[in-house]
Amino acid sequence: MATGHDAHHHGPASGITRWFYTTNHKDIGSMYLWFSFAMFLLGGMFALVIRAELFQPGLQFVDPNFFNQMTTMHGLVMVFGAVMPAFVGLANWMVPMMIGAPDMALPRMNNWSFWILPFAFTMLASTLFMDSGAPNFGWTFYAPLSTTYAPESVTLFIFAVHMMGASSIMGSINIVATIQNLRAPGMTYMKMPLFVWTWLITAYLLIAVMPVLAGVVTMMLFDIHFGTSFFSAAGGGDPVLFQHVFWFFGHPEVYIMILPAFGVVSEIIPTFSRKRLFGYDSMVYATSSIAFLSFIVWAHHMFTTGMPLAGELFFMYATMLIAVPTGVKVFNWITTMFKGSISFETPMLFAIAFVVLFTCGGFTGLMLAIAPADFQYHDTYFVVAHFHYVLVPGAIFSIMAAAYYWLPKWTGNMYDENLGKLHFWLSFVGINVLFFPQHFLGLAGMPRRIPDYALQFADFNMVSSIGAFIFGFSQLLFLFIVVKTVMGGKKATAEVWEGAEGLEWTVPSPAPYHTFSTPPAIK
Amino acid sequence: MLPMLSTNPLTPVISCIHRLRRVLSAVALGLVSPSLLAAWELNMPEGITALSRETHSLHMLIFWICVAIGVVVYGVLIYSLIAYRKSKGAIPATFHHNTTAEIIWTVIPLIILIGMAIPSTRVLTQIYDASESELDIMVTGYQWRWQYRYLNEDGAEVTYFSNLATPAEQYENFSDSIAAEKGENYLLEVDEPLVIPANKKVRFLLTSADVIHSWWVPDFAVKKDAIPGFVNESWVIAEQTGIYRGQCTELCGRLHGFMPVVVEVKEPAEFDAWLAEKQAAAQRIADAASQTFTMDQLMEQGQTVYNTYCMACHQANGQGLPPAFPALAGSAIAMGPIEGHIGIVLNGKAGTAMAAFGAQLSAVDLASVITFERNAWGNNVGDMVQPVDIVTAQGE
Repeated sequence: MATGHDAHHHGPASGITRWFYTTNHKDIGSMYLWFSFAMFLLGGMFALVIRAELFQPGLQFVDPNFFNQMTTMHGLVMVFGAVMPAFVGLANWMVPMMIGAPDMALPRMNNWSFWILPFAFTMLASTLFMDSGAPNFGWTFYAPLSTTYAPESVTLFIFAVHMMGASSIMGSINIVATIQNLRAPGMTYMKMPLFVWTWLITAYLLIAVMPVLAGVVTMMLFDIHFGTSFFSAAGGGDPVLFQHVFWFFGHPEVYIMILPAFGVVSEIIPTFSRKRLFGYDSMVYATSSIAFLSFIVWAHHMFTTGMPLAGELFFMYATMLIAVPTGVKVFNWITTMFKGSISFETPMLFAIAFVVLFTCGGFTGLMLAIAPADFQYHDTYFVVAHFHYVLVPGAIFSIMAAAYYWLPKWTGNMYDENLGKLHFWLSFVGINVLFFPQHFLGLAGMPRRIPDYALQFADFNMVSSIGAFIFGFSQLLFLFIVVKTVMGGKKATAEVWEGAEGLEWTVPSPAPYHTFSTPPAIK
Repeated sequence: MLPMLSTNPLTPVISCIHRLRRVLSAVALGLVSPSLLAAWELNMPEGITALSRETHSLHMLIFWICVAIGVVVYGVLIYSLIAYRKSKGAIPATFHHNTTAEIIWTVIPLIILIGMAIPSTRVLTQIYDASESELDIMVTGYQWRWQYRYLNEDGAEVTYFSNLATPAEQYENFSDSIAAEKGENYLLEVDEPLVIPANKKVRFLLTSADVIHSWWVPDFAVKKDAIPGFVNESWVIAEQTGIYRGQCTELCGRLHGFMPVVVEVKEPAEFDAWLAEKQAAAQRIADAASQTFTMDQLMEQGQTVYNTYCMACHQANGQGLPPAFPALAGSAIAMGPIEGHIGIVLNGKAGTAMAAFGAQLSAVDLASVITFERNAWGNNVGDMVQPVDIVTAQGE
């Protein structure tokens, strides 16, 4: 550090310590993204164990208890390990560059919030090697299956959830602080890119509900080890209380996983339609409405628990209302494309598939909102199909779209367009072969979370498993494409895309280690 | 390595090859199972009650509304993707706002939603009216079976368990040697179904003895959670006789997929005769508690009870699945003082999966199964438990 005067021109530190000590938003964003991709593959392996077992009737490969561990770990790893960190990674990379900030507002905390995650997930995954086995009570861990009847590993699960929660809370505080304080002069709230807006709202949702999750697992911890009876009727508690507290976290949580996806798609569709986003203001208001509604619909996950009629009606009506702002968003995306000049690069393909298939998941969501019909759908494969349609071609496809969209900015190289399109089509076909038949299975009466099933469900399960293997192995192609792009390829320009607008496209590709050390001028 | 049920740990590689070969041959044979006409079932059953038909039409109504919206939305999307391609020389328009359009597509969905909410509210209100039932049945979920108890009847109380009847050799396909042909009602068959009369309002009072279960019969459109410590209610007026099958729909542990719900709907007169016979049988079982049995009788009955209630966890060979389910063969409890053995079977063990069977099984069954456990798999303790011992222990 003898040359202190040019300290702000220095690049990354060398060696492995760069990654341990870094406070740079781009480094941390990359680590989040790689970590989430690793978790995506891990959670995907768990899913393939499930689909292999369900390929045929009968128990072929795993014991039912291990099957339950797989469904549990698949859900936990995908929700907390793959989707959420991927969006935080995108926020780390893009939010400062989109608002003209030099870095995140709280860089040291940023480092910490990432580095908690590998330890949390190592702890969670290590339970697979315990004598008692991993958590086996579903990712929703309903008491008393997850308390009185839980395997010993539940305690490690609780600590892992606490650590993930701490990481998420710190990450979201950082995002809020960055967006509210570090915008370049002239970047008013209503000039912010929609990705920044959706993340601001998501971050507030996270700050509001992650402590509730921490609360519910702490209540479990006390029930298990310290003799309390929050969730045990024998001691004056109530197992249904668990579900209320869990879903008060859990429902906003599903919007936490989809709002940033809305933001990503709202960036990509205008770029490849070469036309400004239609209805920017209404997009902001719709996102805020969805966030508000997400707090008052939680018990629609609990229609069969025997709530009073008035409760059922309230949660049914509130849930149906979500269709209105969600519809506004879909209409806005389509109207953006209407009378545009559309080209079909890989990010756009993923974004269009997002609009089509997320809308499918929205339709089944509306059906599930109808309480009397939900009595037939609840806890069947119809629900599994519904939430996978909003999470895989929803959240995951938007993350893929974002990766292809910004990869040239991150690496300075263009990805291989043909391979990208191949990856898209394999994923698109795989996902529909995988999840569409599950609607039929659920309607015909197949419950979720069962390792074996009656013979009338055999054919669609076989189709679904084939789709799962197509989709699963296609993701190795994605890994190959990303690594190939990082290693080299056609050089990207600063703009990268013909129709792209926003501050991130004004800096060179690859983006320098430090961007916007002096704030840009906003028109 | 994945933990497996197969008893011989030395053959996983061979059995893996066998399994893969079987899976591949299934693919080669194609996906169609010709013997199963319902195999490609696409939709919810209409069911056999007024409410199940109402639920079905509500489901279809919402479905067709969604299809209509989908046709419009996807239609505009597909048109845009075809008509406004850059490769066809499309020039982008510059509009990005239209208040009228935005108000229209906020208000129209609201009106559609109100149209959906009205029939939904009507059906839901009907479903919630469980009053004026003619027969009440207590349904209790256990890991992993259902118990049915007929309430408000004179005479001896009729209570029984409904267990999965599909033999293990049909579903445990870890190696070819023990895979048996699967029956028509594979995993949806029980030893003794719930029996209800047709065209009478039957109310179900649902609860659980351990974790949360959920009792579902698709043809009745009845699904309700069975929650430990609380009682939920639901009801049905079945309009057709016959056998209707469903499953537990709330994850309840290892054998969640193996606790079917089977209901037999009988004509009211037949139902009355059936109930009278069950009451007489219940009286005979109560009387048997005062009898003394021989070792052979206890062992024979004990084996039957063990296979139904104990084998899922402690396994056929008594070796259990440690550490969750300890071995009984050679165990300190099964070979120790008889009082300790009776105590754990009657009262269960807190904080473990071991249930309290005292309230589940008759004195004869309890005496038999304890005697069996003390004398099977080389335990050979040699002593016997008589029903009177159980009654005495329960009195303490």
